[in-house]
Amino acid sequence: MGEQKSILIIGGGISGITTAVEAAEAGYDATIVEKRPYLGGRVAQLFKYFPKLCPPYCGLEINFRRIKQNPKIKFYTLSEVDSISGAEGDFKASIRVNPRYVNEKCTACGKCAEVCPAERPNDFNFGMDTTKAIYRPHDMAFPARFVIDEQACKGSACGECVKVCKYGAIDLDMKPATVELNAGSIVTATGWNPYDATRMENLGFGRIKNVITNMMMERLSAPNGPTKGKIQRPSDGKDVQSIAFVQCAGSRDENHLPYCSAICCMASMKQATYIREKNPESKVYIFYIDLRAPGKYEDFLRKVQSDENVEMIKGKVAKIEEDGDGGVVVTAEDIVGGGKIHQKVDMVVLAAGMESALKGNGLSSIIKTEDSGFVISEGQTAGIYAAGVAGRPNDVTNSVQGATGAALKSIQSLVRR
Amino acid sequence: MSESKLGVYICTDCGIGESLNIEELQKVAKAPICRTHPFLCSQEGAQMIRDDINNEGVNKIVIAACSQRVNYDVFDYDPLKYVTERVNLREHVVWSHPPNTDETQAMAEDYLRLGITRANKSEPPEPKITDLNRTILVVGGGVTGLTAAIEAAKAGSEVVLVEKEAELGGWTRKMYKVLPKKAPFTDLEKPDIDSRIAEAEGNDKIKIYKSTTIKKIAGEPGMYEVTVETNGSEETFTIGAIIYAIGWKPYDASKLDNLGYGKYKNVITNVEMEELASKGNISRPSDGKPAQNVVFVQCAGQRDEAHVPYCSAVCCNVSLKQAMYVRESNPDAGAYIIYKDMRTPGLYENFYKAAQDDEGIFLAKGEILGIEEAADGSLLVEVNNLLLDKKVTIKADIVVLATGMLTNMLPDDYEVNNLTPEYIGTIAKKETSDGIIEELEPVPISLNLAYRQGPEMPHLKYGFPDSHFICFPYETRRTGIYAAGAVRHPMDALQASADAAGAALKAIQCLELTSQGKAVHPRAGDQTFPEFRLESCTQCRRCTVECPFGVLDEDEKGTPQEHPYRCRRCGTCMGACPQRIINFKNYSIDMISSMIKSVEVPDEDEEPFILGLICENDAYPALDLAGQNRIQYSPNFRFISLRCLGGTNLVWIADALSKGIDGIILIGCKFGDDYQCHFVKGSQMANERLGKVQETLDRLMLEADRVQQVQLAINEWDKLPQILDEFSEALKELGPNPYKGF
Repeated sequence: MGEQKSILIIGGGISGITTAVEAAEAGYDATIVEKRPYLGGRVAQLFKYFPKLCPPYCGLEINFRRIKQNPKIKFYTLSEVDSISGAEGDFKASIRVNPRYVNEKCTACGKCAEVCPAERPNDFNFGMDTTKAIYRPHDMAFPARFVIDEQACKGSACGECVKVCKYGAIDLDMKPATVELNAGSIVTATGWNPYDATRMENLGFGRIKNVITNMMMERLSAPNGPTKGKIQRPSDGKDVQSIAFVQCAGSRDENHLPYCSAICCMASMKQATYIREKNPESKVYIFYIDLRAPGKYEDFLRKVQSDENVEMIKGKVAKIEEDGDGGVVVTAEDIVGGGKIHQKVDMVVLAAGMESALKGNGLSSIIKTEDSGFVISEGQTAGIYAAGVAGRPNDVTNSVQGATGAALKSIQSLVRR
Repeated sequence: MSESKLGVYICTDCGIGESLNIEELQKVAKAPICRTHPFLCSQEGAQMIRDDINNEGVNKIVIAACSQRVNYDVFDYDPLKYVTERVNLREHVVWSHPPNTDETQAMAEDYLRLGITRANKSEPPEPKITDLNRTILVVGGGVTGLTAAIEAAKAGSEVVLVEKEAELGGWTRKMYKVLPKKAPFTDLEKPDIDSRIAEAEGNDKIKIYKSTTIKKIAGEPGMYEVTVETNGSEETFTIGAIIYAIGWKPYDASKLDNLGYGKYKNVITNVEMEELASKGNISRPSDGKPAQNVVFVQCAGQRDEAHVPYCSAVCCNVSLKQAMYVRESNPDAGAYIIYKDMRTPGLYENFYKAAQDDEGIFLAKGEILGIEEAADGSLLVEVNNLLLDKKVTIKADIVVLATGMLTNMLPDDYEVNNLTPEYIGTIAKKETSDGIIEELEPVPISLNLAYRQGPEMPHLKYGFPDSHFICFPYETRRTGIYAAGAVRHPMDALQASADAAGAALKAIQCLELTSQGKAVHPRAGDQTFPEFRLESCTQCRRCTVECPFGVLDEDEKGTPQEHPYRCRRCGTCMGACPQRIINFKNYSIDMISSMIKSVEVPDEDEEPFILGLICENDAYPALDLAGQNRIQYSPNFRFISLRCLGGTNLVWIADALSKGIDGIILIGCKFGDDYQCHFVKGSQMANERLGKVQETLDRLMLEADRVQQVQLAINEWDKLPQILDEFSEALKELGPNPYKGF
């Protein structure tokens, strides 16, 4: 056997991390290329997982520890795969490493952010608050190092951060770099983006302040979110007493996402527990087409249903309108009870679906996808595999399960050579 | 390890130097080498330590700087040669306490003492490395087992596959067609099971035993002795790891008394529908008349606590598929699907839509009120149609009950909604000297493990031997044995195939790590092993009972028998042992006791002085994050991190209290139904032990409230100050520990 080639993993969310860790612990080299300045992806933004209601940071911490102590795993953050050539056993990938403007000397002490005069909308919190232009992406960001948003930074004309950093960790002249990687196999773990909710005009997102998305609800509920975990409506900061969840906001709709996003029913039920726990008087309305709690998740549905302040209504929401006092009125057909419902609530959460992050990506000539952007398995280029939501909409457990299988498949591509 | 030489390195920046008196701190170190550096994690700082290792022979390295969770790559020394101890002066001291106070200084000095003691009491591990067998045993020859065997073989492993039936292929071989596996997800596919069987049978890395059952599995990863029986003859061989893929069985439809199964010939199950469709045309079992109308009853038992409390995840798709059979067999026929919710998650939505587009397939949310047989053998299905809000009667030639999936872990005479916790079995009443006690007797099912804790995998709920961890679906309480497919939760063949590949990876990985003497997740790579000083064992059996992973068996006297390769290094056995005979080279009862004794307890102070034993996986990072956010909390706590709270030995409580420490707080993961402990039962075991601490405290004439366990998740760092203050206040009420100053 010649020199063992590495497995290239595109995406450092929970699926990509899992593939890397599982392959490395089985004895193979793995390299993660992550676009964001940190590993952890979408799950880092979640307050809790369903159905256990446990924090995603917990599993990330263990996985980061496994990465830290395993020399077989390499990772690049702020990096993207520009091009891939070659074939199974001998792929060549060109990686663009974007500048962090902060080098490995950073101790994450935070002095730089104290003096930075510039601010930026905090993408981690979906723009619901701001950070400084030099910032730690989130509390458990790994690697634990600051990063500069070049759009917001005032550059060397300011240089306050450079002056205050005792460690010489800030380099405002850092340039993008290109790294050529040789890989035996490739795992696409590019994950998903929330479907753009402004496209559903009848649902009012972007127009009505108190209509938010399910991912925003995660940040609003998290103790390290923009409101320190207080579920308040964005228009005036009033504690939310009543809330409506609108299921299939984009999903199961030919005009938007024709497929079901597989997780949104469980996610909304989970979010119902967030508000019910924080505010015992609160009322929750869930408008759904079908309640999808497959397998053992049924137990969780039963638990949420047993709460008499949670009402589940079979019916697709037709429109959402603003009321004078900041309230929001949801109009839906009540399919079982009959008639139309007009429910006024303090805030509406749209259960926005998952869209493949690979959709529209330039790598499609070598990584073959369906029209929807999900990576196909049958008929795929040999040596290329998908993990997690890159392959199909899935929850975390199924993504991780698939990512473990993808580790085996990618190892087979190395062993075959 | 040759003679030990300690080097202590104190970093003075990130605010450490300006918040603490470093000279005083250096005096505490009392080490042959003690140096400070303004930027220890820089190249120069790291080089300074390297130089001491190379030139001065330093082999115990204490780094008093930032958290062990950062700069892991800078301070990285071969764990088999060096002991490295990180003292967290940054996050746990100066970032969360006011600068230059006596209290903060005392805290830093104690943490340095604790770190030095830990290093002094620590030796590099000696890994156990032996030749292992790397063959993988696959139990079950259905779609999951076959796929696991093929996938493992493709990755280079030798495989032995054992199937109890005479034929391979399981349920999938009985299927007429299977669900679409590729875009546009609208067309049924022929099962590819025959080609998988041929591939497995033709692969010279895969040895197949059919009509074979497992009589016994003894040993541990890399060295399991397996005895199988084929048509009356037994054979024993050695294998390394196991994939457990015994699959599922349908719920017994005759238990659903209102649906007429077993009473009316034309009421059949979805499994029987596959057989019917395979025969060519779909006709009534009673008289062979071609079916004109077929009604599918969804959730026939599922989502019903009286029958199958969970959803079987596949039945909606299966009924849609079978409705298509009906339409294919007779283009004039109608198929009616009566459902609670249509569950066709993900890309199967397209499949659902394809069925909806067929004008001969009718779907309605409804409840079945009753099924009657008409004189001509057809069935009258009374439905409360919830969409139309009215009762309708559908005349059907055939009624198909979409029955659910039970795991084959469930023995035939057991009810899925009424199982004994943890291990499937019966509760037996036994007479003992303490009176009649109830004891669980686990029942053998398919693996027949020679394990002290029982012959089968522990189940989580409903008989499924599934992982409880969202992030770690292959977590197993039987190291080296990985469940895959419908045995562990309801799933379709596509998902089962993916699951099989994942389980194959875990089996291969377990053997790779084990061959290097390393632990598997969550302490992946740990090369330590517990060592048993058996000459002092009193056969109390606590270690063999409490180990979350069934590592220890017992000889006839009750002395523990080690199986080190099953071990996950959590130290729960160490915590359980009243004789203190179980220890690791770098983690021991004496180590933590000595650490506790190294703390300088103030003689008199208004504020209680408190020891915290904390989980290093979640509570330790939570403290880090508190520091990172500059959250301030009482400086009168001294935290010692443990691999898991399960390692808490009660002697430490006694040590702390007899030293005059006012109280002890244990901070660990959530336990109970939704437990978050990475070692499954560690935090629960700690809690049970604390229940017994009363005895110890009584002996010391102290209040039980001086010891408390708190469940804290990693993201609850904001709650820490309040938790700590409340405990401190409660101790104030009790007054100072009377042993103070003795």
